[in-house]
Amino acid sequence: AAQFQLSVPVAVVFAPGSLPRDPLRPLPFRDVREMEIPVNVRTSVTSRYEMLYRSTTAQEEAALDAATAREAVAALHPLQDAALGSLTMYVVPETSPLLPQGINAYVGKHRSALVRAAGTLPALRSRLQQLTQVMSFTASSITAALSDRVPDGQPGPDARRNLKSSLGYEITFSLLNPDPKSHDVHWAIEDAVTRYVQPVLDKLSLVANFSVDSQILYYAVLGVTPRYDKESSSFLLSAHSLPHVINPVEARLGSSAASLYPVLNFLLYIPERSHSPLYIQDKDGAPVSTNAFHSPRWGGIVVYNVEAPASPQASLPLHVDVDMARVMEVFLAQLRLLFGLSREELPPEFLLESPGNEGLADWELDRLLWAHTVENIATVATTLTSLAQLLDKIGNIVIKDDVASEVYRAVASAQSAMDKLATGHLHSAFQASKEAATSSERAFFDPSLLHLLYFPDDQKFAIYVPLFLPMAVPILLSLAKIIRETRQKKKEPTKVD
Amino acid sequence: GGMLALAVLLLLLAAGPGRAAAGPGRDALREELLLSPLPNGDVAATFQFRTRWDADLPRGAVSHYRLFPKALGQLVAALGVRELHLTLTQGFWRTQAWGQPPLQAPSGAELWVWFQPTVTDVDKAWKELSNILSGIFCASLNFIDATNTVTPTASFKPLGLANGTDHDLLRYAVLPREVVCTENLTPWKKLLPCGSKAGLAVLLKAERLFHSSYHSQAVHIRPICRDASCLAVSWELRQTLTVVFDTFSSGQGKKDWSLFKMFSRTLTDACPLASQSKVYVDISPKNKEKELLEVTPPPTSVYEATVQGDKRTYAVYDLLSPSLFNTSRSLNVQFKWKRPEDSSEMPIPILHAQRYVSGYGLQTGEISTLIYNTHPYRAFPVILLETVPWYLRLYVHTLTIITKGKENKPSYIHYQPAQDRRRPHLLEMLIQLPANSNTKISIQFERALLKWTEYPPDPNHGFYVSSSVLSALVPSITAMKDVDVEESPLFTSLFPSADGSSYFVRLYTEPLLVNLPTPDFSMPYNVICLTCTVVAVCYGSFYNLLTRTFHVEEPSRGGLAKRLANIIRKFRGVPPL
Repeated sequence: AAQFQLSVPVAVVFAPGSLPRDPLRPLPFRDVREMEIPVNVRTSVTSRYEMLYRSTTAQEEAALDAATAREAVAALHPLQDAALGSLTMYVVPETSPLLPQGINAYVGKHRSALVRAAGTLPALRSRLQQLTQVMSFTASSITAALSDRVPDGQPGPDARRNLKSSLGYEITFSLLNPDPKSHDVHWAIEDAVTRYVQPVLDKLSLVANFSVDSQILYYAVLGVTPRYDKESSSFLLSAHSLPHVINPVEARLGSSAASLYPVLNFLLYIPERSHSPLYIQDKDGAPVSTNAFHSPRWGGIVVYNVEAPASPQASLPLHVDVDMARVMEVFLAQLRLLFGLSREELPPEFLLESPGNEGLADWELDRLLWAHTVENIATVATTLTSLAQLLDKIGNIVIKDDVASEVYRAVASAQSAMDKLATGHLHSAFQASKEAATSSERAFFDPSLLHLLYFPDDQKFAIYVPLFLPMAVPILLSLAKIIRETRQKKKEPTKVD
Repeated sequence: GGMLALAVLLLLLAAGPGRAAAGPGRDALREELLLSPLPNGDVAATFQFRTRWDADLPRGAVSHYRLFPKALGQLVAALGVRELHLTLTQGFWRTQAWGQPPLQAPSGAELWVWFQPTVTDVDKAWKELSNILSGIFCASLNFIDATNTVTPTASFKPLGLANGTDHDLLRYAVLPREVVCTENLTPWKKLLPCGSKAGLAVLLKAERLFHSSYHSQAVHIRPICRDASCLAVSWELRQTLTVVFDTFSSGQGKKDWSLFKMFSRTLTDACPLASQSKVYVDISPKNKEKELLEVTPPPTSVYEATVQGDKRTYAVYDLLSPSLFNTSRSLNVQFKWKRPEDSSEMPIPILHAQRYVSGYGLQTGEISTLIYNTHPYRAFPVILLETVPWYLRLYVHTLTIITKGKENKPSYIHYQPAQDRRRPHLLEMLIQLPANSNTKISIQFERALLKWTEYPPDPNHGFYVSSSVLSALVPSITAMKDVDVEESPLFTSLFPSADGSSYFVRLYTEPLLVNLPTPDFSMPYNVICLTCTVVAVCYGSFYNLLTRTFHVEEPSRGGLAKRLANIIRKFRGVPPL
């Protein structure tokens, strides 16, 4: 049974004139709120928000005088605690011009937010709590992270969407050109990767190692023949046929030879001339605006239609230069989805600052780290549990010293990760959980622990069957005789009477 | 109008898609099929697909692939491979009947790799490489380990650009037991940019390819000069496939053949990504005076070259030439003999070899190799490489090399003795072959007893000893011109030619099958059964003796035995019992 305690240090800074009518104590003061997240019977997660309430400093006050929320947050950024996982909330007066009408919170791209003051402390608290959950973790994000690892956890609707936590990921961009006779496609992938993908990956480098490569595959076709629609004179791929699209393509993609990390595939598909234009339809039959779809834990596909030449006699192959900005926008959105960083399910009164070129805000990175840390620890627990089960099953298995030390290291690292989580040190907790995961995997996959190396006991018995069987014959016969005799003895007295 | 369209088409084809991509990381594909009738009437088809990439792979910076397959590119970059040669072969190239092979390979799997000087732990990289390759090609290359890997010192020089040849960077292994089949062909075809969807690769239909006397597929990766000045490096991937079809038995006694008869397909187009796509048919006249054979349709051009010391004529079909598909939509090269050929003499190749095991019993034996030099007046040296598994213990003092009845002293010998369960024997020799001679090399061995877990499944099948390798510069009969590699056909340009007077030949002998003393593996179980039964019977009688109560029984009329005895006694006149 795992008991997680996740502590989030939150600094709540009151601008002048924003203090609620009923403060508990005079500022500054500390307040700790705990919340239970039910996962299942054996695992419980307690989230602990360590709130430090204080008033603004002179510098912060000056920064809050900025004209827009965006500028204010940018000016405040150098004044904050930069530790991963810690949040700073600036409470501004109810009439503050920084927040537009109807907006109660503005989340910056770093680890701070502006909150509109509420009249009373409980009202403010609930608003703060909602905001903290958005910026760190919610019950559903933690349950989703645990759903795969914790036995008999109930998977939620989108539990299986996010990528599994891993030490590294391989990102492969593939251009599928099924019709090289008609289309001579060029894509400036090298440039697009450095311009659009690399900033995001630099940001994510804290979470895992990433490697990017690309390839062009010719004559790679989708597994589904699209339907011709006379009205729009185009070809349609309906939502329910999309699952069948990937498999035949997958065979051509090839796995990465040199690493064992999971691969994220992003495919750019140029439909054949005889099948273009090709559009993807959603479940209701409406065309998908991006003309793309993604497959959880696998990657995404973008269909890129080539405009038909004006004159039918135009010479083939057509030279096509792919608009990489358009394509990469979709790929990056899909990448965010794969990591579970969608911005959809937010309350409408929250306004988020766009993360800019990096594609990812600091607090979103924190969200990822919270989820991955918990997931790593859960993975370590399951790995070590199954290792223990294996050892229980085979009594005479040999545990080498290096395997033992890996197990000890995994347990110690996992313990330290839990402690760090409880004290709110997200970064060191994540590092420790990564080490724990590495050590436990290394112990589990050690070649000396192969189940088949050990002779199963039932087969030992089979070898001795030639001994046991003939030996059992006289014993069984005499047993049968004894039973027969006792029965006769019982019957005999009744006969006499 | 029609003329103009044709002109535009011509222009486009001249600047085919392969050449259109300019700038750094330029890559180009050439595909080629060589059809050569063999002296005994069989037909050899050699496919070559060459992808040339003007990029520096091992830097690791390049990760954007176009025509070069990503799987192999990553492998080369990640493991510091400088040169990689992998062949998977089913069958044996019969040099005496088929002549000198364009590309020979030993039966089974052969892998030899040169690593970059930056690789610190070559053995680890080699192990990892063979494991990954076994995954890519679905072959059992993961069985390559220290017991079948050797580091030859003279036989396998780098075929590509190389500065410095430190032999510690070379690894060579052969798995003679490997069986090659469709599951190895499919991943090989997947590495081709056009797959098997267009171009020459449409002929690669597994059911026909494996219905042949010989099938050999290979992957060669090597660095080459980017241009004549050789200031930059390009990487070359050559995928080759050689099949030998027995047309005589399948063609009702006629030696005529066509593409459709052999592959049950015809060619319809070139791979649109290829900058060159050609079919060569060897139409060299055997006797100078009369033309015996006829190819249809008429070839686009005729190419003459000196290949392997012989003047040869090839009919060339350029699939990128628009005139080829003008008359018919598909190309079905047909080959007819004008009149039945007088099957008199078969040209004997200048260098050929044979190998066999002799001796009787399961203790000792002898490996003999016969090397023939049939050149009428030129002697030349040959490097012989033998790798023998450790369980055949070679007696090196019995090594004898005899030419024309006299002992022939090799000018170079490199011998690395085997270590039990650690490494095989490696014997390399440079032997001078006099003109018109045969040389017999024999060495005796003793068979080792293996541990019972070391026997493979079906141990009575025998143990394979891999082919020995002969590398030689064979003197050419006709002088060869120095040709530009980029311009000449692919089948002439894998091995670098030293000079005009000789050409490089690498030959493989037959793999050997040796029986080792094999125990009766069911014996332990038999012994267990027997002892257990004896113990159980004894136990049963003891048990009965100990548990039964005995009491005296009244004599009765007696059983069947007693009655029989009484009848016999009656006959004998003795009183009954």
